[in-house]
Amino acid sequence: MSLLFGDYAGTPTAFDEVMGADGTRPGYGGVLRQLDKLDATEVRARADYLKSTYLDQGVTFDIGGEERPFPLDIVPRVLLAEEWAEVEAGVQQRVRAIEAFLADVYGEGRVFRDQVIPRRVVVSSPHFHRVVHGIVPPNGVRCHVAGIDLIRDEHGRFRVLEDNVRVPSGVSYVMTNRRAMFSALPEVTARHRIRPVEGYPLQLLAALRAAAPSGVKDPTVVVLTPGVYNSAYFEHALLARMMGVELVEGRDLVARNGRASIRTTQGLRPVHVIYRRLDDEFLDPAAFRPDSLLGCAGLMTAVRAGNLTLANAVGNGVADDKLVYTYMNDLIRYYLAEEPVLASVDTWRLEEPSHREEVMDRLDELVLKPVDGSGGKGIVIGPRATAKQLDALRAKVTRDPRGWIAQPVVQLSTVPTMIDGRMAPRHVDLRPFAVNSGDDVYVLPGGLTRVALPEGELIVNSSQGGGSKDTWVLASDGLRRRKRRRASQELQPVPLAALGEEPVPHQQSQQQQQRRIAGGLPC
Amino acid sequence: MLSRIAESLFWIGRYLERAEDTCRIVEVHQQLLIDDPSVDSDEAAATLLAVMGSSVDPTGSADSSETVMAQLCYDIASPCSIAAALGGAREAARRARETISTEVWEAINTSWNAVRAGRLQRMRPATAFQYVRERCAVISGTADQTMSHDEGWHFLALGRSIERADMTARMISTAAVTAGSQSAWHNVLRGCGAHHAFVRTYGGVVSDKQAAEFLLLDRLFPRSVVHTLTIAEDALAQLEPGSRRAGFHDDAQRLLGTARAALEYQRPERILAELPQRMAELQRSCAQASEAITDRYFSAAAAATWQEGS
Repeated sequence: MSLLFGDYAGTPTAFDEVMGADGTRPGYGGVLRQLDKLDATEVRARADYLKSTYLDQGVTFDIGGEERPFPLDIVPRVLLAEEWAEVEAGVQQRVRAIEAFLADVYGEGRVFRDQVIPRRVVVSSPHFHRVVHGIVPPNGVRCHVAGIDLIRDEHGRFRVLEDNVRVPSGVSYVMTNRRAMFSALPEVTARHRIRPVEGYPLQLLAALRAAAPSGVKDPTVVVLTPGVYNSAYFEHALLARMMGVELVEGRDLVARNGRASIRTTQGLRPVHVIYRRLDDEFLDPAAFRPDSLLGCAGLMTAVRAGNLTLANAVGNGVADDKLVYTYMNDLIRYYLAEEPVLASVDTWRLEEPSHREEVMDRLDELVLKPVDGSGGKGIVIGPRATAKQLDALRAKVTRDPRGWIAQPVVQLSTVPTMIDGRMAPRHVDLRPFAVNSGDDVYVLPGGLTRVALPEGELIVNSSQGGGSKDTWVLASDGLRRRKRRRASQELQPVPLAALGEEPVPHQQSQQQQQRRIAGGLPC
Repeated sequence: MLSRIAESLFWIGRYLERAEDTCRIVEVHQQLLIDDPSVDSDEAAATLLAVMGSSVDPTGSADSSETVMAQLCYDIASPCSIAAALGGAREAARRARETISTEVWEAINTSWNAVRAGRLQRMRPATAFQYVRERCAVISGTADQTMSHDEGWHFLALGRSIERADMTARMISTAAVTAGSQSAWHNVLRGCGAHHAFVRTYGGVVSDKQAAEFLLLDRLFPRSVVHTLTIAEDALAQLEPGSRRAGFHDDAQRLLGTARAALEYQRPERILAELPQRMAELQRSCAQASEAITDRYFSAAAAATWQEGS
């Protein structure tokens, strides 16, 4: 064992993804071996390189208007092919169930009649929008993009922590992380067969084009961003650039007579699909918040008229409401007649009196989460909270039981992470990204691994000081072998041209001689 | 192309050129003080700051050359500094990030990171000037080589040319005011990077008339006013869909064409006789042309506000 990993032991309470009871786990052998060959200072130098390259490229996220480089750790996270197969199947299943659920909620309402989930749970969600009731998207897809947050529990088993089917972000870092790691650690990456991630923008573009209003042969797709001060602006720009589409702000859009257009130097140009990275409430001041400066009035009319597709659809938030999450296993069985592939985390619904009573006595040992929160906001971890915080929490829950759920504290799995030049275990989660084109659900192999940088911290969100790791999904056995390719066409080398010396050697010698005669002594 | 993006590209062009030209102008100023001890340095500093549109008056300050360096070079808070211009270019580039090539973005971003970290301030002035000139050359060269010469690139070129005409006029103004000093025109030529080209064209002896003629009227030297205006007019013509049989439809095209004709078809002696006025006129024409371009191509980007129906 090297200096770097010599005293690395993981944490006793959590599942460590690198060090098992019998030593290094399969999958990480190659990574550790290759990192060992570099000495510790070299690895640290590579880690610094990662940081500076992100600063140069402007791979940043904004916190309160300040741009910061996104921290990327030098140790990758490795998933074996069979581990990934489970994740992939589970994510696909979940996306299909959520699509069916959303179609039902904003359509027939079968699920309520069959008493799988109470109607009040859905309609009381702040993200339920009656406005979109009855709108059937062109190819039936509402979750064009989904990000399903997964964690690994104490036994290493994947569990779903939450679903994100509104505007999941982070996929850009999956792509930039991979590029940065390939240039920082070529010795390590070259020895592994890692499934590529660059295909994501093409999959996304194909899914967006497939979602175009009917009758539009060559749809114009745009990405709608709230603007440069949004924390994910970098991602919006990257996706637009890689898909080769325009990145627009609300003020670039015009929606009149049930059609949407963008303002160009040559006048208005029609738009058919908007991949919007804006919350529902800000999209259309005529339909939602009238004070929104980010959206464009009339978009919802265009959607209802069938001339515009919004991706993701409006109203998706009911499916990733954390209270609805507690029904997700039932919903999967109900719609798909399948058993859930991925387990959930046990959850108490605080609006049920019996659950609430149980939880209120044990607030100090549970995690409480607001149902519509994202980015780790508002989460209270019982064992870490002060008595005062717990009292405040108790009052909040009593006031608004629909607004909270409770879960046991799950020790997220750990992966070695470079902290101050040394390896230390840090907790991680995983957000795989799924793109639904209507025909199939593509899951990007890998996804975003977020790592909580402070010691013992369980909240991994970047807005709470989290970093990330490049996530490698190994293809079959993961080792790369050299293949000799047979050239199908013969190469015909042509020599390079050059200006060359004075053509006649004799001339050169005369030039030298002349100098000697004229100048006398060479100076 | 989106109006908002076109506007960003236009301003990337303007800000980068502004950074480079400001750097050249300050360099000329410093060289002048070194070459000619008879020049009153406080007065020269005041003239320079006024020409560059700064409201700061250096006469009261202890060290006027330090004031010039801060105001025009590294003080990010000063609107006419190189640092502010690079910051403006970077902010515009961030807004057009999906349109400009990655290489251009990185070139602009790394330059800005260095300036923001205070590198200009820590370098010796000569090194700092060289650094800025080289970074600007890298950025514009990268843009020329890695971006399609399409509509967006024409906006970039347009912004660059209008700014260059404007700044060259400012540089000539400073020379005209401090004229009488033997080396003034010499330095302006050097500042424009034109000394070598001038000597190859006119021979080594610099007369005021010839130097002004070269910087204003030469058709082949890329930083001369006439050449720059021609580039701007070409870019506008490329942006205009279809050709017209008579006259020009576009206000900016008319303004720039008029400005160019006023220089090209005037007797050089007369221009030289009233140089400061002529240069001020030229600067005003550039400002008006910029406004006309904004009205025509970018104003659609202005936000339409939604008012709740009553």
